[in-house]
Formats: sequence, structure tokens, C-alpha cells
Amino acid sequence: MSEGETAISIRNVDIVFAANPAPALKLLDEGRSREEILAATNAVLGAAGVSLEVKRGEICVLMGLSGSGKSTILRAINRLNEVSRGEILVADEGQMINVASCEAETLRRLRQRRVTMVFQQFALLPWRTVRENVGFGLELRGMTKPERDAVVDQKLAMVGLSKWADKFANELSGGMQQRVGLARAFATDADILLMDEPFSALDPLIRTKLQDELLSLQKELKKTIVFVSHDLDEALKLGNHIAIMEGGRVVQYGPPEDIILKPVNDYVREFVANVNPLNVLSAYNVMRDARDLEPAGEGWLWLDRRRTTRFRLGPDRKVVQAEAMGSAATWVATEDAGKPFPEGAHVAFWARQSTPLRHVMHAMQRDAGPVAVFDAEDHLVGAIGVRDVLGAVLRREQG
Amino acid sequence: MEEWLTAWKLPFGAWMKVVIDFIQDNFGTALDGITDVMKFIIEGTTWVFLLLPPLAMIALVAALVWWLHRKVSLTVGVTAALLLIANLGYWEALMETVSLVGYATLFSVVIGVPLGVAAGHRPWLYDTMRPVLDLMQTLPTFVYLIPTLVLFGLGVVPGIISTVIFAVPAPIRLTYLGITSVPKPLLEAGQAFGATKQQLLWKVELPSALPTIMTGINQCIMLSLSMVVIAAMVGAGGLGKPVVRALSSVNIPMGFEAGLSIVLLAIILDRVCKAPERKRGTP
Ligand SMILES: Nc1ncnc2c1ncn2[C@@H]1O[C@H](COP(=O)(O)OP(=O)(O)O)[C@@H](O)[C@H]1O
Ligand SMILES: [Mg+2]
Repeated sequence: MSEGETAISIRNVDIVFAANPAPALKLLDEGRSREEILAATNAVLGAAGVSLEVKRGEICVLMGLSGSGKSTILRAINRLNEVSRGEILVADEGQMINVASCEAETLRRLRQRRVTMVFQQFALLPWRTVRENVGFGLELRGMTKPERDAVVDQKLAMVGLSKWADKFANELSGGMQQRVGLARAFATDADILLMDEPFSALDPLIRTKLQDELLSLQKELKKTIVFVSHDLDEALKLGNHIAIMEGGRVVQYGPPEDIILKPVNDYVREFVANVNPLNVLSAYNVMRDARDLEPAGEGWLWLDRRRTTRFRLGPDRKVVQAEAMGSAATWVATEDAGKPFPEGAHVAFWARQSTPLRHVMHAMQRDAGPVAVFDAEDHLVGAIGVRDVLGAVLRREQG
Repeated sequence: MEEWLTAWKLPFGAWMKVVIDFIQDNFGTALDGITDVMKFIIEGTTWVFLLLPPLAMIALVAALVWWLHRKVSLTVGVTAALLLIANLGYWEALMETVSLVGYATLFSVVIGVPLGVAAGHRPWLYDTMRPVLDLMQTLPTFVYLIPTLVLFGLGVVPGIISTVIFAVPAPIRLTYLGITSVPKPLLEAGQAFGATKQQLLWKVELPSALPTIMTGINQCIMLSLSMVVIAAMVGAGGLGKPVVRALSSVNIPMGFEAGLSIVLLAIILDRVCKAPERKRGTP
């Protein structure tokens, strides 16, 4: 199974909390709102018309206000919630299995081996030790204790809790308990990880730390993660894709930059207004395309509108010469912007497409000149001027 | 009283008698068999308890209490109380009562815990059971003492059956309470990791409900103990017997001493059966 393949495919899913969802679904089809459906049928509309594709190895964050249906969708993926209508397909050994309708036996196999979960309130079994908690899933699978212990010790080392293996779960701090929750989820080697606000119950410092740990573990493990959060900063930090939910519906689904730069409605804009774009945006998101740069003759291109800096490109579109403030200049990567340069030397900075906007701004701070953007093969693909940065930070689309 | 009201008496009592007669006629031999087996087991256990001299038995109990609780005060208190009962001359009666209460509790738990679990999983079952449980605890004991006497004859067996009827609601109710108050996230954790219904019961629900179930068992022991005098009236031995005898002969010293022994036993059982403080989480 390779990356890029679909791991989870949610198709037109409606979820109604009622013994008989049919009347509520009928009203939904007639275009009634959640409130109207509740008033008429006493059924709570948890999610409506949700479709999402999650690729293998990526982190998909479900984001939205409390009650917007994030948990409802997440919990449908391992069928802790029943799906009223629609399909939830999960990749399993080359097949796509519809979790919403599969046999109990198949569902149990998926839960034991394919899809695992981390809970907001940890949900550890307090009468068990840390080791017994981590081995829980394997135990349910019928694995013997010696086999289990080998796996468990490895996972405990992974989350840095080896010393605590024989403590009872509730003797640990919240942060450590959630590490146990993570180790328990990793222990089954399931490749899909469902996380329902796993860090919300923790204080901010510990939360940040666990987010970082999750990201570094993810680099190696490459799980498919569906992560619920009500915090856009967290979503932007972790997510490869973010689904913004409102009233049981997905209102916007896309990569973090899209959410920041092109919010589709006021609900999304409201969230975006409170985040720092420097944490999300990269050089690529704010640059002007090389084709829009002003030519200066003989293969030269002005990087900025004020005409302070120009680069000359060879036939392969690689830079062969640079000039700043009318004198010859050397071109320097933004990472080296902090290093000292010879007295009186002229420099022009360049960045990769993926360089964080924050680094670009550090470089600009030295001389307020524009920054060139190179792709991985050192071709010039664009340039960033002060105005581009300001536009992105103030979230105004450039004309 | 207006005569017409009582002229046509509804024959409820007679109906009940028909039922009892029917049971006796058709299942009489089976009931006799059950009676004999139970009598043999209970009296055999008492006999085994009495094989050891009282002092040896007291030492054994003291060691057990120490091993369970590691508390000097409790161990000394239990030893002193047992010595006092032996001194009053009720050692044999004490052993009879312990095996009576022990078996009554055992039967109550064996019946009550599974029923409590079943009720915890099925709200309709609990709704059906609740009035019956209320009835079992409020019905004056003497009312069902008579049919049990008829069916099982005089002796320890009707005593234990009446005791079970009176005590079994406690483990049922508390097991139900324990099972229905398992935190939902724990159940969902079990489900999310692919537990079968059986695994969920044994690995999540019962461990989580265990403290509550233990409280139910403790209550069950106390309720059983409160039945010893009544059990003695239908011929079960034990500490209830001297109380009944003292009652009929207005013997104040005997009544007081036997009563004191029962109270001491109650305190011992209550303290010893409380789950020792362990390092374990409250769910
Ligand atoms: N089991 C349930 N029964 C009835 N209503 C529910 C249930 N679970 C969730 N809901 C309702 O569905 C809506 C969406 O809930 P949820 O998905 O938990 O929101 P979120 O996780 O985004 O805060 C809420 O109005 C909630 O009250
Ligand atoms: Mg939620």
C-alpha cells in the first residue's frame, strides 16, 4: 500500500440520532434545518451530506465549534456511531470495506487491526497498570502475555514512559496518561488513527509538547490520522488537510493555506481572524509568479516593483548574475541571513518554495529587499516583496 | 362490618395452598433431594470448622485477617471478640452461623450477580424485576417462611432459603448499579479496540463495577446475619437458637449474651470483608 492512495473515503454521510431516522432524513432532503428537524421529529441531526477523502499517511483535521458534528463523523469511522445514510469506506488489504454496513465480525477485525482510537479524556482502565493498558488491544486480539509485553515495552519506549510501566494509569499526570493512550493506540499497529480532541484536556505547554511529539512520531510511522480539534492553530499545525465543520456539514475542505488565504464564508473567516498566518504560510503561498515579474532586458528580471534588485537568468532559468541597488550582488539563502557578511557587500536573498514565511521575513528585515523563490532544482519561480508579505499577513488578496 | 362484604370471601389463601400442594406433589422427591444435599454440605462445613480446637481456629482467623489487612488494631480486635464468644460458650453456635451465613451469601452472590449484570444490560428486565425485589425485602419474613417450611421441612435448609430470599436483592441491585454506571468512555474504549460482548463484560464492565459489587456482597452478608434468629425458628442452628430459646423462657442473661455474640460477629464480618485499601483507581 503506497502513499497517495485513499485510506478513508466518506461519501454523502448523514447521521441522525434517533431510533428511526427515516422521518428526519425525509425532512433533511426537503432542505429543513437542524433546528426544524429537531422540533419536528425530536431527532438530533449529527452530520449531513459529509464527503471527505483522506489519503494514506496524511493528517486530516476536523475543525469547528462545539456541536458542529466533528466527533459524530470521527466516531462513525469506527462505527461508535451508526451511519444513517451514506458510506464510509476504509482501505483494508487492497479492498475498500464499508464500515457503515459491514458484518459485526468484519467490524471487529477492523477495530482490532486497522483502525484505532485516542480519546479526549484518555479512557484508560484505572484498575490496570500502564503496561496492561497499553497491551489492552493486543489482549482483546488473543495475543499471549509474553508476545504482548515485547510490543508494549517497545511502544512505551516510543512515548518515553518505560519507567512508568508498572504504575497504575491514574497515578500519572494528564500528559502522561495521554501518552499511554497514544501507546495503546500504536500497540495494535493499526494504520488508521482516530483522535478526538486528544490534547484538549491538557494545559497549553503540555499540549504543545504532545503536538510536537505526535508530529515527530508521524514522520516515522506515517499513519493515516483523523484528528478532531476546535482550535484552528492546532489544526493548522498538524493538518495536511483541514475540514471546517458547521452545523453538521463540511463547509470547507482543503490544505491549511487555502483555509487561511481563501476562507469560504464568515464562519471560517471568524476562525482565521484569530490565527497567526506566519505559522502556516510558506514562501510559495505569498510569492508573485516569475512570469509576472518585470523584465529588465538581456535576461534580467526585476524582483520588486521599486526596481532595487534584479536577477539575470541563464537559458535553464537558473540565476547567473545578481544586482542590488545598482551594484553586483551575491545571492544567499534565507537560512544564512543571520550570518555576518563582508563590509559593504551587496546581497540578495533567495528561499525555497517551502521556506516558512517567517524565515523570509527575517531575511527581509536585514535590508528590506525582495526575496527570490527557487524550486528544488534552483530554477527561479517567483519573488516576494514587502507588499506581498503585508498582503498575506493582512489577508488581502493581491490584485 | 357489613356482612355482604365478607360473605363471599375470595379464596386467595386456598389458591396459594393449591400451588404449594402442586409443587409438593410433583416435585416432592426433587425437593427432598435438594434439601438433603444442601443439609449435607452446610452441616459438613460446620463439622469441618469444628474439627479444629477453638484456639487454633482463632489463631488461623487472626493470621488471615493480618495477611489481608496488615492492621494491628483490626487483628487484635477480631481475636478478642472471637475469644469472648468462645468464653460465653457459643463457639459451636458461632461456627453453625458462619457456615449458614457463608452459604446464604454464596448462593445470593451466585444468583444475584448474574441477574444484576443481565438487568444492567436490559432496562426492561430491571423494570420487571424491581417490584419483585421490593416485595422480597418488604414482605414480612414469616409469610414466606411457612411455604418454605412445607416444601423443605424443618432445619437448616428452609432457614437458608428464607435468608437468600431476603438477602439476594442487595447483590442484584448493587451489581445493576455498578454495571449501569461504568463510564461510557471506558465502554467505548473497549468497543473501539474490538472487544466482543464477553470481553467487554469481563475486561471492562465487571472490573469497573467491582467496588460496587463488593459493597453489595458486604450488604448481603449483613442482611444474612440479620436473619439468623428467624432461621433458628425453623430449626437452623447457630447463634439464633439461644436467642429464640431465651425469648420463650424470658431468659435475660442468655438473650443478652447470644445477642452480643451476634453483634460481635456482625462487626467482625463487616470490617474483615471491606475491601482492603489497595492502590487502585476509582473508575
Ligand atoms: N449519542 C448522541 N445522541 C444524541 N445526540 C447526539 C449524540 N452524540 C452527539 N449528539 C449531538 O450531535 C451534535 C454534534 O455533536 P458532536 O459531533 O459531538 O459535536 P462536536 O464534536 O463537534 O462538538 C450535537 O448537537 C450533539 O448534542
Ligand atoms: Mg466532540
